[in-house]
Amino acid sequence: MPKYLLLKHYRGGPEPHRPVPPMDQWAPEDVEAHMAFLRHVSELLEEHGEYVDAQALTPARTWVRYGGPDAAPVTTDGPLPETSDLVAGWYMIDVESHERALELAAYVSSEPGPGGEPLYEWIDVREVMSEGAPND
Amino acid sequence: MIDEPPGRLDEGALRTLVPGVLAGLVRRGEDFDAAEDALQEALLEALRVWPEHPPRDPRAWLATVATRRLVDARRSEAARHRREEATYAEPRPAATEEGDDTLFLLFCCCHPDLAPASQVALTLRAVGGLTTREIADAFYVPEATMAQRISRAKRTLRGRRLDQPGDLAVVLRVLYLIYTAGHAGRVDLAGEAIRLARQLTLATEEPEARGLLALMLLNHARLPARLDPEGRIVTLDRQDRGLWDTREIAEGVRVLQSALAMQTEERRPGRYQVEAAIAALHDDAASAEETDWPQILAWYDDLVALTDDPVRRDPAAVLGRAVAIGHVLGAAAGLRETDRLREVLGERHRWHAVRGHLHELSGDLPAAATAYAEAARRATDVAERDHLVRRAARARAADRTQ
Repeated sequence: MPKYLLLKHYRGGPEPHRPVPPMDQWAPEDVEAHMAFLRHVSELLEEHGEYVDAQALTPARTWVRYGGPDAAPVTTDGPLPETSDLVAGWYMIDVESHERALELAAYVSSEPGPGGEPLYEWIDVREVMSEGAPND
Repeated sequence: MIDEPPGRLDEGALRTLVPGVLAGLVRRGEDFDAAEDALQEALLEALRVWPEHPPRDPRAWLATVATRRLVDARRSEAARHRREEATYAEPRPAATEEGDDTLFLLFCCCHPDLAPASQVALTLRAVGGLTTREIADAFYVPEATMAQRISRAKRTLRGRRLDQPGDLAVVLRVLYLIYTAGHAGRVDLAGEAIRLARQLTLATEEPEARGLLALMLLNHARLPARLDPEGRIVTLDRQDRGLWDTREIAEGVRVLQSALAMQTEERRPGRYQVEAAIAALHDDAASAEETDWPQILAWYDDLVALTDDPVRRDPAAVLGRAVAIGHVLGAAAGLRETDRLREVLGERHRWHAVRGHLHELSGDLPAAATAYAEAARRATDVAERDHLVRRAARARAADRTQ
C-alpha cells in the first residue's frame, strides 16, 4: 500500500479559497470545534487502519548550509518572500490508492473554521517513495 | 512468588531487583558495559519465562542467567580466561547495601562525561530496569536508535573509574529530567522517576534528594486534574482539586518536612526543597482564591537568591516570582518584573504566556489576547499551543462582550 503525506501549511500554496483570520481571532466555540475535528481525524485514520503518523511543526525556521572546510555552518532565517512555503505539519497515511489519499485530504480540508463554515484549506498531497523493489 | 498463579508477572517487583544484581556483577569485577548488556538479556528472558515458570529466588535467577550470558559472550569472543559458570545465590542484602547499590549505579549512569539524553537512557535501563524498547517508546524514537545511544554511552564510560563517588547534583538533575519527560508517553516515566528518587533517598541522607522526591510527589499529585477528558490542559487555578491525590500530597509534605528539618544556618534548603515548598503551598489551598501567595513569594525570594545573576542563570525562577508578585503586589508590579526578562526570555512562549496571565489579572483583555497569541506562536508542544490559542480567543471574546 502506498504511503502519503498530507501536508498543512502556515503559508504558501495556491490562492486561498476562503481567506480567514488567525485562529486566536475566532470565536472560542469555533476554535473548540476546529480542534475537536482534528482529534477526530486522527481517531478516524486509526480506526480505518490508515494512520502512520501525525506531527506539527513550529513556525520558526532556519536555513543552514555547509560553511566550507574549518568554517562554521552558514545559517539564515531570511529575508524570504512572504509567499514562501512554510509547512505546519502533516498526517502520514498508508492507503489503498491515490484516490483514497485525495479523498482523505479533502476531508481534512473540510475542517470547520469561523462560523462553523469549512476552511477549504489547500492540502499538499505527496506520495512517499517506497524502499526496496516490490516482492512479486 | 511460588504461590502466585502463573501468567501474572509483577514487573515492578522484577525491576526493583535490577540495581542489586547489576551492582553485584560489577563489584565482582565484571565490566559495567558487558554486565549491563547481560542483565538486560536476562530481564527479557525473565519477562518471557516467569509468567509460566516463576522462579523460587528471582534475584538469584537473574544473577545466574546474566552470569551465563556473560560467560557465553566471553566464550564467543574467545576471551582469554574462561571462568566457571557460578550459580550466584548470595543471601538477600540488607536495605543499606541495596541503597549503596542504587547510589553506586546512579553515579555510573549519571557520569558527568555523558550527555543528558544518554544519562537518562542509561539510568532508566541500568537502574530502572526498563527494556530498551520501553525507553525508546517513552521518547518516541526507534528502538535501534535508543539501543545505539545506550551502547555509545557505555563505550564512553569504558576506562573511566567508576568506584569514585559521583556528582549527586547531576543524579538529581537526571531524575528530574526523567520526571518532566514523563507526562505524555506510553511508559509512565514520571512514576519511574518517583520510584528511583525514593530509592535514592534510602541511599543518601542528602536533604536535596528528599527535596526532589517531595517536589515530584507534590506535582504528581495534581496530574489527574491537569487534563480534561478531551486532553485539554487545565491550568492550576481552574483544576478540580477533588481530583488531586491527597495521599501523594501527604507523603510529599512529610518528605519535605524531613528535609527541611535538616537545615542549619550554614546549610540553607537547596532549590528542590524550595520548589517543593512552593508546590506544597499550592497543594494546600482548598481553592485558587485561598492560595497563600505571600508565602509563595517568600519562597521565590529564597529561590532566586540561590543563584548569582538569576535573570540570566535562572530566568524560570524569576518568571515564577513575577507571577507571585502579580498576585501579591498587583499585576502591574508583576509585569514590571517580567520586563527584566525580556532580553533573556522574550522569544520563549512561557514569557508571553505569563504576561498574558498578568494582563488578564489586571483586566486588560486585548493585551492579554495579544500576549497569548504571541505565546501560541512560540509554543513547542501541541497541547500547550492549543491551550494558548484558546486563551487568546477567550480573552478576545470576553473583551467584545464587555
